[in-house]
Amino acid sequence: MTSFSKKHIFYITILTIIWVFVYKYLTPITNFIIDDIFGLESGKHLTETLRFFIYEVPKVFLLLVLIIFIVGIIRSYFSPEKTRKALKGRSLFSGNIMAALLGMVTPFCSCSAIPLFLGFIEAGIPIGITFSFLIAAPMINEVAIVLLIGLFGWKITLIYVVTGLFVAVLSGWLIGVFKLEKYVADWVFQVKSNNQENSVLKVKFEERIKAGYTTVKEIVGKIWIYIIIGIAVGAGAHGYVPEDYLSTLMSKANWYSVPIAILIGVPLYSNAAGIIPIISVLIEKGVSLGTALAFMMSVIGLSLPEIIILKKVLKMQLIAIFVGIVALGIIIVGYVLNFIY
Amino acid sequence: MEIKVLGTGCAKCKTLEKITREAVEELKLDATVEKVEDIQKIMEYGVMFTPALVIDGKVAFSGKVPKLKEMKEILTK
Repeated sequence: MTSFSKKHIFYITILTIIWVFVYKYLTPITNFIIDDIFGLESGKHLTETLRFFIYEVPKVFLLLVLIIFIVGIIRSYFSPEKTRKALKGRSLFSGNIMAALLGMVTPFCSCSAIPLFLGFIEAGIPIGITFSFLIAAPMINEVAIVLLIGLFGWKITLIYVVTGLFVAVLSGWLIGVFKLEKYVADWVFQVKSNNQENSVLKVKFEERIKAGYTTVKEIVGKIWIYIIIGIAVGAGAHGYVPEDYLSTLMSKANWYSVPIAILIGVPLYSNAAGIIPIISVLIEKGVSLGTALAFMMSVIGLSLPEIIILKKVLKMQLIAIFVGIVALGIIIVGYVLNFIY
Repeated sequence: MEIKVLGTGCAKCKTLEKITREAVEELKLDATVEKVEDIQKIMEYGVMFTPALVIDGKVAFSGKVPKLKEMKEILTK
């Protein structure tokens, strides 16, 4: 693997310079395209829709490539096996916090939720701690973080991450306190694996860089279309829907706006890529922050397909409790944020 | 050689099966490729991150889909 050499460092440097340049001058470049090349009249619906679209798409993609590249490198240090080892024998609460934090960084895909669940239970990790992991992993993911930073800024991203962790820790902790093991499908506890230790090879740093590159290709390849559609819908609403249009229905003055947002959000299934550009416009049009974030969490964190997957290993009672508790956590987050902001 | 592709049926698992078969064919290996979708059987190998590849009863890797070239290297090791 001597090919990772000066040539690669040269490419990475060039790409970084281009990245910084485009990101920094995106506003003037967008305005130049809209006002000078197309010669569109400022302030018109169509002009502002196009301006939003032409500005947001490259911005989100620039952030996406950068952050997912870094996330790919970070993830190469983690694996479900290592996470399981770290969580073994942890007590309730501190174990829940750790599980939620590890849920953010451990490579995870919802199609692996079942083997992961079984692997954790089989290792003797309590279901409460396992749930903290399973709630945090899809809810706080790199795509959500990129889009939040791009469309909302650092502060809201941080609020989302912290409150998302809160929901994961609280829900898992409650499930643990109530000792709900009896509602796990019976065969789960009979699963025995011969637990081969996967031989862990020492990974060179250049391999990790490659992992970052592969992750970018994989994730961006999968979600780019959702992002473009999401931003296009957002751009349309940005240009055409009147300011404060939604403020009467969904503002914090209405106490029921949070539960309504969650009721709409749970059956809706979208990934972070599609929903966040739309959320950003909801906020612009008068939906309060707590309500909007509660909506977003219920769309990404609680979804029908995931519930159907979990049905294989959980009895109906536990699924109902799981959905109820997570929804409760999201409601708390929604009200608290609406109260503060 | 006995090769098993472990996966519950997600898109990645299908890709892995395809690449495995391609690699076996191109290398002209004397091997059987079997797809294992039963979750309990998958768990017997201690795999938590699908898709995974099992060669002669040993887990070669899990949670990724290698390129054809890498796959050939793994199979000829």
